[in-house]
Amino acid sequence: MKSLIIAEHNNEHLAPVTASVVKAAALCADEIVVLVAGKNCGEVAEQAARLAPVSKVLLCDDDQYQYALAEPLASLVIANAEGFSHILAAATTSGKNFMPRVAAMLDVEQISDIISVESPDTFKRPIYAGNAIATVQSSESVKVVTVRGTAFDACESGGSAAIESIAAAPGEAISAFVGEELAKSDRPELTAAGVVISGGRGMQNGDNFDLIYKVADKLGAAVGASRAAVDEGFVPNDMQVGQTGKIVAPELYIAVGISGQIQHLAGMKESKYIVAINKDEEAPIFQVADYGLVADLFDVLPELAEAL
Amino acid sequence: MKILVPVKRVIDYNVKVRVKADETDVDLANVKMDINPFCDIAVEEAVRLKEQGVATEVVVVSIGDAKAEEQIRRAMAIGADRGILVQVEKPASSLTVAKILKAIFDEEQPGLVMMGKQAIDTDNNQTGQMLAALTGLAQGTFASKVEMADDKVNVTREVDGGLQTVSLKLPAIVTTDLRLNEPRYVKLPDIMKAKRKPLDKKVPADFGVEERSGVSVLKVEAPATRKAGIKVASVTELLDKLKNEAKVLS
Ligand SMILES: Cc1cc2nc3c(=O)[nH]c(=O)nc-3n(C[C@H](O)[C@H](O)[C@H](O)COP(=O)(O)OP(=O)(O)OC[C@H]3O[C@@H](n4cnc5c(N)ncnc54)[C@H](O)[C@@H]3O)c2cc1C
Repeated sequence: MKSLIIAEHNNEHLAPVTASVVKAAALCADEIVVLVAGKNCGEVAEQAARLAPVSKVLLCDDDQYQYALAEPLASLVIANAEGFSHILAAATTSGKNFMPRVAAMLDVEQISDIISVESPDTFKRPIYAGNAIATVQSSESVKVVTVRGTAFDACESGGSAAIESIAAAPGEAISAFVGEELAKSDRPELTAAGVVISGGRGMQNGDNFDLIYKVADKLGAAVGASRAAVDEGFVPNDMQVGQTGKIVAPELYIAVGISGQIQHLAGMKESKYIVAINKDEEAPIFQVADYGLVADLFDVLPELAEAL
Repeated sequence: MKILVPVKRVIDYNVKVRVKADETDVDLANVKMDINPFCDIAVEEAVRLKEQGVATEVVVVSIGDAKAEEQIRRAMAIGADRGILVQVEKPASSLTVAKILKAIFDEEQPGLVMMGKQAIDTDNNQTGQMLAALTGLAQGTFASKVEMADDKVNVTREVDGGLQTVSLKLPAIVTTDLRLNEPRYVKLPDIMKAKRKPLDKKVPADFGVEERSGVSVLKVEAPATRKAGIKVASVTELLDKLKNEAKVLS
C-alpha cells in the first residue's frame, strides 16, 4: 500500500501538521510519498524529504499553486493519484478545501478529520461536535482522508528522501487569488502551542484582550478566542477555537470568560489540563476544567500576569 | 440570475446528542431538529441578493426524509421562491448528495449555488467542494463575504491564517461560514405565505442517482469523559496546582 500526502506550507516552511499527517499515513501504508505544490517552494520539498517515513517527494513548482487554490491543486493531485491506496492531507482550512474536490473527482467518499487509524481502511472520527466518536470503514478503492493534526504526534525526522520534479497539471483557470489578510503574531501558532489562553465574551472588548496577551507572553502561550469574542469583533477569525474554528490540544488550556458551550468544547476538550476562569460558578466550562477559579477575570488576569 | 440553495435538516445545535446504548448510532428519537445553522446563513445570503436585485429567483433543495419539508418551508419563509425535496431512505452520503445536486444543477442552470460549509451532525465539510468537482466549477469555501461582479463573484474566505479573497468565474459554488450574515427572525405572516409556495417532491432515482456509500459506520461511541476537576480559591492556589500537581508550569 502506498500513501500520497499533500504537504501544507507557505512556500517557505513546511507546516508542522504535515509531520502528523505522515505519522497517520505510516499507520496505513508502508510507502509514503509527499507532494509539495507551490511557487518557489524548493526549500519546503527539502524539509519534507527529511521526514523519516517519507520515501519520495514530488515537487511541482508553478505559479498556479502559489496560494493552494482548490481547483488547480485538486487537478494536480488527480494527475498524480495513480497507484496510491491512500491520499491524505491535514484537516486544516486548506485540506478541507481541496480534498473533497479530489475525492469527488475520483468518485469516492472522503473520510474527514480522523483522530485514529484502526487499520488501513478503518478510522475513528468525531461527529456531532465531538459528542460522539464514529468508527468508520471505507470500501473505496482509494481512501481519501483528512487528518486532525492534534490527534497524531509528529513523525520522526532524519530522513533523506529523493525529490522528483513533476509537471503542472493543465487546466483552465476558473478561480484567481485576489488578496489576503494574514494575522501577524510573534506568539506561537494556536494549533501547535504547548499552552493556549483563550478569551470569550466576558472580555467585553478587544482592548481588554491586552490583559490576556500579558499573561500569554509570560507563559509563551498562543492566544485563542470563543466564537462570541470573534463575532463581537474583539479579535480576528483566525483565533476562533471550536467545532468550526481551530482544534487545539495543548498541555494547558486556560479559558477566560468563556461559558463552555459544546461548540467551543469541541475545539479544546482534548487538552491535557484545562483551567477555567469564570465568575459564574454554574458555567458549563467548569464541568471539563481540571482547575476552576470562580472569580472576576478583571481581577484574576492582572494578578496572574504579576505572579508569573 | 437564479441561486440554488441546498439545506439540511439536522439536530438543533443547542441539543447535546447522546449515543445509543447499543453503540450503533446517536439517539435522535424525540430530539428537536432544525435547519443546519450554516444552511440558514446560505438561505439568508441568497435572499439578500434577491432583495438587492442581483438574483431573480431562489430555489431551495433538501435531500432527506419527508420531514425535511419543514426546513424547506423555513427557507421559503425567509424568502426562497420554491423548493425541491428529494426523499431518501437513509441519510445520504456527501457524495450521493453532491450527485443529486449536480443533476438538479444541470436541470435548473443556476448562476450560483450557495450552501453551508458543514453540517453540524456529521461535521464532514465536503458536499459543496464535491459539487464543485462534479460540475467542474470554481469553489469559494468558508465565505465571510460575497460580492458579485459581472461574470464573477469575489469571495472572502475564513482560513487558518486569517482571510483570503478569491475571484471565481460564474457559475460557482460558495459555502458559507458563520460570519457571512445573521439570519433574520422569521415572522408569522411569512411562515403562512411559505406554506403556499411550490414544492416539488422527488426521489434519487428521478435523477438517475443510486444511493450508495463506500463508507460504513461500524460503531458510534461516547467520547472519553474528563474526570471532574476541582475549584481553586485563588490565583496563588491555581499556580501552585499547575506547578506542583499538574507540573505544566515551572
Ligand atoms: C453552528 C455553530 C458553530 C459554532 N462554532 C463555534 C466555535 O467553533 N467556537 C466557539 O467558541 N463557539 C462556537 N459557536 C458558538 C457557541 O454556541 C457559543 O455561542 C459561544 O461559544 C459562546 O462564547 P462565550 O463563551 O465567549 O460567550 P458566552 O456564552 O456569552 O459566555 C461568556 C462567559 O463569560 C463569563 N463572564 C462574563 N464576564 C465575566 C467576568 N468579568 N469575569 C469572569 N467571567 C465573566 C460569563 O459568566 C459567561 O460564562 C457555534 C455556534 C453555532 C450555532
